[in-house]
Amino acid sequence: MTTVSESAHPDACAWPGAWALLLAMVLLGGLWPVLAGPVLANPDEARWEEIRTALFGDRLPADGRDLLQLNTPYRAEDAAVVPVSIKPLADQAAGRRIQDLYLIIDMNPVPLATVFHFPGTQAWDEIATRIRVNAYSNVRAVARTEDGQLYMVVNYVKASGGCSAPSLKDPAAAAAQIGRMKLVLPERVSPGERLAAQFLIKHPNNSGLQFDQVSRQFIPADYVKHIAVSYQGQPLFTADTNISISENPSVRFGLIPAAAAGELSVQVQDSTGRAFEQTFPVVPSGG
Amino acid sequence: MRLSTPRGPLLIALCCVGLLGWRPAWADALPMTEAAPGVYLDQGVQEVAAPENQGHIANIGFIVGNERVAVIDTGGTYAEGLALRAAVRRVTDLPIAYVILTHVHPDHVLGAAAFEQDRPEFIGHANLADALARRGEHYRERALADLGEAAEGTRLVVPGSSVAGTRELDLGGRTLELRAHPTAHTNNDLSILDRQTGTWWLSDLLFVDRIPVIDGSLLGWLRELDTIDQGPALRLVPGHGGVPADRYAAVAAQRRYLQAVAAGVRAVLRRQGTIEEAVDSVGLAESGNWLLFDDYHRRNVTAAFVELEWE
Ligand SMILES: [Zn+2]
Repeated sequence: MTTVSESAHPDACAWPGAWALLLAMVLLGGLWPVLAGPVLANPDEARWEEIRTALFGDRLPADGRDLLQLNTPYRAEDAAVVPVSIKPLADQAAGRRIQDLYLIIDMNPVPLATVFHFPGTQAWDEIATRIRVNAYSNVRAVARTEDGQLYMVVNYVKASGGCSAPSLKDPAAAAAQIGRMKLVLPERVSPGERLAAQFLIKHPNNSGLQFDQVSRQFIPADYVKHIAVSYQGQPLFTADTNISISENPSVRFGLIPAAAAGELSVQVQDSTGRAFEQTFPVVPSGG
Repeated sequence: MRLSTPRGPLLIALCCVGLLGWRPAWADALPMTEAAPGVYLDQGVQEVAAPENQGHIANIGFIVGNERVAVIDTGGTYAEGLALRAAVRRVTDLPIAYVILTHVHPDHVLGAAAFEQDRPEFIGHANLADALARRGEHYRERALADLGEAAEGTRLVVPGSSVAGTRELDLGGRTLELRAHPTAHTNNDLSILDRQTGTWWLSDLLFVDRIPVIDGSLLGWLRELDTIDQGPALRLVPGHGGVPADRYAAVAAQRRYLQAVAAGVRAVLRRQGTIEEAVDSVGLAESGNWLLFDDYHRRNVTAAFVELEWE
């Protein structure tokens, strides 16, 4: 394994740095190629260079501010639960339809929080989730359009203060209900009118990076790694997720209901091989 | 295998230099007050941890029996732990037999290493070791980053003894009753009742004047406040703020705040609102009632939201 030089990061409240990044790559089973590359003077920039090279090779994403809007809070109030939403700004029907959407938190041990894939059966208009952010960090959304181009928008998020930590509040409670799902729909469901739906699943999303001094072992990794959502048998989106997503993962997404009652089905897989599946009715409101 | 960082050796070197040449600005010993006979308390300042206050923001102290001393919480840095230890030694030469860590938060546990020289029994809630595994290293790094040289030498101590229900400690002619609470302020809250004086050291189960922080369960905490009101104590020692003259009024103020957050978040959830909407609208009428409202209220609403959305 090659080395990654990331010395003396100025923000010492960051995750343990390059070593944790490497360790995370090992623990997460080769999700990442081994990082190599030039060492830049600015550690933040160097970090992003490593991430960008690992994800996109030598491709440089273009400025995506005409294409995408990334909404993040100014400060991560609760380090374990930071709401993030992404809106496409351009017409999704044109040649620049967004197929893949990467959500990246530079300073997290596994910076790639999730990749959403949109197969294009329904145009998407907004997608939102919740992430763990424990250090001052750039948060990025990178879109790959169907013509293969990359576009990026970046926000800076300040770390939370005080005793906030990017970890579970009640691990026993999270484990007790693992796999319980919920779909939240608005009271009024009108055929042909886009609505915002929210999918939730109970899961501790343990990172595998936390060391127990008593047992002298890491708390085992156990996190949601894949979510697939389809409506009327047609895929709406899939998400490849990892430990930078908050416990009890949530995804809010747009849905255009059909005239007749239909079904939304969700399949979830986690890193330990568990699979969860549930189908929810989507019934247009009467009248 | 354990996590290490390239700057580890550098930090260790800095710590050693710091310990040799550096003295805490509070002149060696914390200025304790007696909340009740033999119950010594030093109030933390009602601020966010910063270099100016050296991280001394929590109430910490000790209780002296005829034969032994029990320390309750240890402060936000190694240096603060040393200052508390010096304060014990001003009062008594009796052995420090117990160091009780009331919960995982950094302003309460990060001074614990200062007492290792006394070889006490370190005691915490049954969930504390796990919580320290998940959060401790993050807290230590944040203390070093946020407090600078005031946090030099700060190390984690994982308690060797855990309490799942209740446990009695014999200080010699004085019995302390430890109680592990269900998830409330955190999932590892431990309180201490001194039967001799009727002093119930609740630590962060009770905040006085300073905005409470929800880091366990909002609903669990509300339930626990009812239990606390029924407890047989003459006085309560909060984790932040002064010993209240009226124990029921202090609990009622905290209950009112938590209920306002719960009601507001439930209203947002009923109309399928988002965390962002809740954070911008819920509980703002409580603003004038609490110190540090702007620092912690939005976080409390976030925590409440992700709990109550499963109701
Ligand atoms: Zn606390």
